[in-house]
Amino acid sequence: MATASTSFGVFFDRPGRPAGLLGRGLSLALLVAGYSLLCWLAFSKSIQNWEGVLDYRVTFWNGWMNTIRISAAALVLSTLIGMVTALARRSPFLPLRYTAVAYVETVRGLPLVVLVLFGFYGVANALGWQDRVAVGIGILSLFSGAYIAEMIRAGIDSVGRSQWDSARAIGLGTVQTYRLVVLPQVARQTLPPLAGQFSSIIKDSSLLYIIGIPELTFAANQVNSATYSTFESFVPLGVCYLALTLPVSLLSKWLERRTRYET
Amino acid sequence: MRVSLDGVVKAFGPQRVLDRVVWEADFEHALALIGPSGGGKSTLMRLLAGLDTPDEGRVMVDGKALPVDEGALRAYRRGTGIVFQSFNLFPHLSALENVILPLVHVHGMGRREAEGVAASFLERFRLAGHGHKQPALLSGGQRQRVAIARALAHSPGLLLLDEPTSALDPEMTSEVLDVIAELRDSGQRIVLVTHEMGFARHTADVVAFVDGGGILESGAAAEFFGNPKKPETARFLEKILKY
Repeated sequence: MATASTSFGVFFDRPGRPAGLLGRGLSLALLVAGYSLLCWLAFSKSIQNWEGVLDYRVTFWNGWMNTIRISAAALVLSTLIGMVTALARRSPFLPLRYTAVAYVETVRGLPLVVLVLFGFYGVANALGWQDRVAVGIGILSLFSGAYIAEMIRAGIDSVGRSQWDSARAIGLGTVQTYRLVVLPQVARQTLPPLAGQFSSIIKDSSLLYIIGIPELTFAANQVNSATYSTFESFVPLGVCYLALTLPVSLLSKWLERRTRYET
Repeated sequence: MRVSLDGVVKAFGPQRVLDRVVWEADFEHALALIGPSGGGKSTLMRLLAGLDTPDEGRVMVDGKALPVDEGALRAYRRGTGIVFQSFNLFPHLSALENVILPLVHVHGMGRREAEGVAASFLERFRLAGHGHKQPALLSGGQRQRVAIARALAHSPGLLLLDEPTSALDPEMTSEVLDVIAELRDSGQRIVLVTHEMGFARHTADVVAFVDGGGILESGAAAEFFGNPKKPETARFLEKILKY
């Protein structure tokens, strides 16, 4: 019993007795080897057409670039929308405030697919907007903007009463108070969740494939129908998304840690 | 300096914190407001600071009634300096930037000149090596001295201090009180809300006891502490000076 517990002890991570480098490395290696074997046993017969898919690497590349462009544009636009909406929600002018509330609650209550279908086949068609990519960016920004508005609103709420008082006491006006005192503090509060939202935008942009925007998912789907190689098309698809979302998620975690220590 | 209240009413919900207060005080250097918590000291202070307006009546400083619209009040506040009990400073700015901000953005001073003025005030309050630090890295006493530097940097005619030492331990309290005493001796006009009775007695010309919806008693400091006229004042002083 004693030898068994010591020999397997390297795999245990307990409070007060954390696992060493050996245990961590060995666990990781075993996992990778084990899951790889499992995948090989299951799929080695059916996955054979990597060459066929490789011919379409330009399609993948273009789709990937489009996904990055669309997500980046939507991030900038939705941050602006979120900022304006969050300020509108605090406006003393009621019609403006209610418009902001109605927008946020409606969008947050609807699935993105519904917005995409309605926005494209409903609104954009009726108004005669032809540029699919622009419409896609617009829909994604409106969707994400509602969530960002809530983050910024929470950030503004977290700035204490005494900060507003201090700003008034030194003679700052309302606009100056927002610009010099409130928003810089909100930015520090909001940056980590905003980075997380960027990751959501990247993932959500995949839904734009249903209106025929040539982004990454659309590209993978195209390759799949051309080569009949489902796995070989969709494995790179997943890897391409992870290559974008994992760094962003790490960035968000890092920002979170930094703000926590600073305040 | 003359401060007067003319039928001032200030209520929060059903509670009238100040109820038709008629009062006048002349002082040369410093006026101290004392009294139990919730008695209306801070409410009166916020009226004098132009941060709130009375529901009824007028607040007058040197014979002039304070305005009631926000724009004119802001102009009035620019001529005063205010320090609160705590959490005065902007946490995202260094100590020096905290002092510079109102100079540049409220008083229209050039950046270079403002830096010089701010640095000299920090030095005066023995904060010379701390200008680059964020408020979170300063002690409570240091923070409060930065707050006083910020309130004073534009040379206001009146400095208002709302319980500036109530959140501090005794050592830091004396750091801050030293600074206030020094300011008073240099001719700065001060209105102070405080629980430090010894300090009020030595620093203020006039002391006012605020409680029960109004100012129960006010007078020259020596007279006020030596021979209180109202039984409520005597009881309050006896209680607070017991230990």
